[in-house]
Amino acid sequence: MVTIESSLLNIGYFETLSYQRTPLHRLDPRAKLLTTVVFIIAVVSFGKYEITGLLPLVIYPVALIAVGNLPPGYLVRKILLAAPFAFFIGIFNPLLDRNVLVQLGPVGLSGGWISFASIMIRFTLTVSAALILIASTGLNAVCLALERLGAPTSFVVQLLFLYRYIFVLTDEALRLVRARALRSFQGRGLGFKVFTYLIGQLLLRTLARAQRIHLAMRSRGFDGKIRLVRPLEIHLKDAVFFVGWSTLFILMRWYNIPQLLGHLLTGLAR
Amino acid sequence: MSHHLVEVKDLEYAYPDGTKVLRGVSFRLTHGEAVAIVGANGAGKSTLLLQLNGCLFPQAGTVRIGDFPLNKGTLSYVRRTVGMVFQDPDDQLFMPRVYDDVAFGPLNLGLPPEEVEERVMQALATVGAAHLKDRPPYRLSGGEKRAVAIAAVLSMSPSILVMDEPTSYLDPKTRRQLIELLKTFKHTRIIATHDLDLVLDLCSRTIVLKEGQVVADGPTLAILQNQELLDSSNLEKPLCLQGCPVCQGRKASAD
Repeated sequence: MVTIESSLLNIGYFETLSYQRTPLHRLDPRAKLLTTVVFIIAVVSFGKYEITGLLPLVIYPVALIAVGNLPPGYLVRKILLAAPFAFFIGIFNPLLDRNVLVQLGPVGLSGGWISFASIMIRFTLTVSAALILIASTGLNAVCLALERLGAPTSFVVQLLFLYRYIFVLTDEALRLVRARALRSFQGRGLGFKVFTYLIGQLLLRTLARAQRIHLAMRSRGFDGKIRLVRPLEIHLKDAVFFVGWSTLFILMRWYNIPQLLGHLLTGLAR
Repeated sequence: MSHHLVEVKDLEYAYPDGTKVLRGVSFRLTHGEAVAIVGANGAGKSTLLLQLNGCLFPQAGTVRIGDFPLNKGTLSYVRRTVGMVFQDPDDQLFMPRVYDDVAFGPLNLGLPPEEVEERVMQALATVGAAHLKDRPPYRLSGGEKRAVAIAAVLSMSPSILVMDEPTSYLDPKTRRQLIELLKTFKHTRIIATHDLDLVLDLCSRTIVLKEGQVVADGPTLAILQNQELLDSSNLEKPLCLQGCPVCQGRKASAD
């Protein structure tokens, strides 16, 4: 139980991080959202065996973590949490793709290993960019940005409600699990059958709560449309942030900078 | 504006599964009255409250709010007039920030942004929660949630406040502060509660419900001293009307 509770607290920590007042936090959420999207597109659009071309893009998360005063250790732990997904997507590549692409002295590196490494780098880059977006903006502001950028309102509202009630729902689940644990002895009562009742109970409670929330919304004049008042203004710095980073990503996408540097150095040496 | 602000006549309601909750409830409230609705669990208090702003519609009988009978056509007027504070603030505070939540009602009323801003800040100031405006509701304490839930209703400037168990989940001091706050309101207040000390402090009039019917309706003090009535409706004399256990003990030993 401790794990559920503490991981919840951890989600809440993202919220705390987003309350900081750094230049990064003060940017318009739309600028950050769009920049993150361009970054992710740039990263995933690289070729299957690309590694060196991806490396310079690390500068984006690193720079943002530094400017936004975000805790790198915490973000790394969150990335590791999701890492198994990417790991299992990529882990069969070395078995399937055994063409030796790179010869490092006596060791031949197969295409499979290289594409696996590429997948892991891409995963780290994209997930860290998304986490940084949330930690520096807050999910609510991200939702607001989505709405302003023309995402369907019903989708945005669902996302807002999901985030608002995830705490209430897990709290309810936690209470159910605790109540069961307190009256289960020697493993009796912890079986699958009771678990199905528990899930059913949770569903019913959720429905009842949804109904009460809906009543509360209607009592205050809800007519199917969520109206948010929040001044959002695009300033010059937001435009500079978006255009600057996006240009850099595109440059990094077309030009393999480590290779260029390498050529330059070997050229000088000659 | 009619003198009788809330009028309920022969109200009947049964839930879809057939349980009859209200069996002919009638009462009339006048402007500015503070009325308590008390009764045992399952006596129909919460169901009655939900009828007052059209969350539920009567199956027989009528509800009149101000000059209008409650029906589909007058629903938006009624909801603007009757502010409903739910028992669980988590049901009521669904927006990402306290500010958004308090602004939810006024925005739905179609008020201009400056007016919304003014109303929100005033409502928050009234309940002493202006400093919470940027916080997410799930991070608030029970008392703060309650205060914000009340502000969310006040911001629509209703003339009638309906509250379901306003002192549940509150610690004694927060409860006291809430009672003091509710005392300052000029609204017509309808409060369903088991907290009979609150009733004594706040409400001049009490309606006792039992099995879906009004069994008593009159001045609070008279009702809360009627031992027979209290016993038959699963209630108990408020603590402050009971003899002090310490003094009584002394008296008994002296006798």
